[in-house]
Amino acid sequence: MEYLRELLTQQVAGYDQLPEVLQIFLPMLLACLLCLGLVAFIPLVAIWGERKVSAHMQDRLGPMRVGGWHGWAQTIADGVKLLLKEDIVPAQADRLLFKLAPLVVFAGGFAAFVVLPFGESFIVSDLNIGVLYIAAISSLGVVGIIMAGWASNNKYALFGGMRAAAQIVSYEIPTVLAILTVVIPVGSLSMQEIVRAQSGGVFNWFIFQPVTFLAFWVVYLGTLAEVNRTPFDIPEAESELVAGYHTEYSGMRFAFFFLAEYANMFLVSALATTLFLGGWHGPGFLPGPAWFILKATALVFVQMWLRWTLPRLRVDQLMHVSWKVLLPISFLLVLAAGTLALWREGSP
Amino acid sequence: MKRYFKDIFQSIWTVLQGMKITGLHLFTRSCTLQYPSVKWELPERSRMRLFNKIEDCIGCGQCVRACPVDCIYMTTEKRNKEEPPIFAADGTPIKLRVTQFDIDMSLCCYCNLCTYPCPTHCLVMTPEYEFAVQAKQDFLYRFAKDEPQAPPKPAPSPRPAGAR
Repeated sequence: MEYLRELLTQQVAGYDQLPEVLQIFLPMLLACLLCLGLVAFIPLVAIWGERKVSAHMQDRLGPMRVGGWHGWAQTIADGVKLLLKEDIVPAQADRLLFKLAPLVVFAGGFAAFVVLPFGESFIVSDLNIGVLYIAAISSLGVVGIIMAGWASNNKYALFGGMRAAAQIVSYEIPTVLAILTVVIPVGSLSMQEIVRAQSGGVFNWFIFQPVTFLAFWVVYLGTLAEVNRTPFDIPEAESELVAGYHTEYSGMRFAFFFLAEYANMFLVSALATTLFLGGWHGPGFLPGPAWFILKATALVFVQMWLRWTLPRLRVDQLMHVSWKVLLPISFLLVLAAGTLALWREGSP
Repeated sequence: MKRYFKDIFQSIWTVLQGMKITGLHLFTRSCTLQYPSVKWELPERSRMRLFNKIEDCIGCGQCVRACPVDCIYMTTEKRNKEEPPIFAADGTPIKLRVTQFDIDMSLCCYCNLCTYPCPTHCLVMTPEYEFAVQAKQDFLYRFAKDEPQAPPKPAPSPRPAGAR
């Protein structure tokens, strides 16, 4: 944002004569609009991509008609359809919570985009507690999911909401612990500091370091569960719960849940990119943001790949993976990372 | 403890195996046929829409009797002795004038039973399958060309056309 303000001061004549409030506010507005555009645009591409990936993995073609080239406009057409649909609120629903829930879910994902370091100066706000902020704000989504499940006044929706709560809270713990293994050697929670610590070649990325290599997989699995993707999609398990927490939603409110899911997919992939894959670092023939988006997209693709490969876990299996496998591993990893940091400090 | 680690490695290994299979299928040629622009070439003897070559029809009514769902409606009258003799393609003399030969394809069950008894092989099933219509009565295909010349007798057909 500071960069944006500098840019405006240099490029726009008389910008520094504006009132101080406006000088601060305008870059904020611009950055927010950029973020909103990104959050709206990424799901459009990701949903089309998911349909294509799933289709080709099943030897089908997927959408081929809308827009000409391989049905690229299919998501836009679907979005328009969802916008035009009737806005239905069930008679017995809690109207306020029902209407608020999609917004809360979406806002959680949207707010987390603020600290994503797309490039060296391409970040809305480089908070000094960026990692903590992301861990905290992305958990806001679960509140929205429980709100949706409860307000729908439907047993399937409530089941979905409760399952989501149990799952996300369980997987948050190993994920955050595994993220700590990156924070310990860097010594900072700022996203940009973490990216800068991985500069200087591919082998400085945390995925190629001894302890953080394992931590990457823990974080990847944990975040996969946090965004309710298969094989951890029991909150919306369509074969048992109709559609889980968004059973009663239709039209644009459903689209918000859908948008939030895909925005969150990109978000957790971007988080893993920042922490382990060197963020915007990469060979010089592409600019930093391009590398960042490329790496995150590759991780999103693996998420889709997993989704169309694996069946859904049972609830007890899900809890088993989190509490009995990932949690001990992540505790050991934190211990190992701490020991390693101490040893490096002691023997320079 | 050994079992615990074995389970972890086994699950990772099986997931990778599954991903290998789906990954290979990602680059397999799709088997989808993009229907309206690409179509199946149907076999020559597919049982689709019925067609009657009315010039060869001798009006024997065997198809009407064979039809299990009564979807063929036929009305005939005797040709006068003075009229010039006509023959079907295989030489069978045509003694009856077919004034009505309607097939309701919305009732047809595509069993092909009507075409076997046909002595002149004029009633056949064609591979034509794209004949969806907007209104149900458009499924009634009329094949007869001759107008009735004698004053009409009470209809001998089991069900008159249009009555359903």
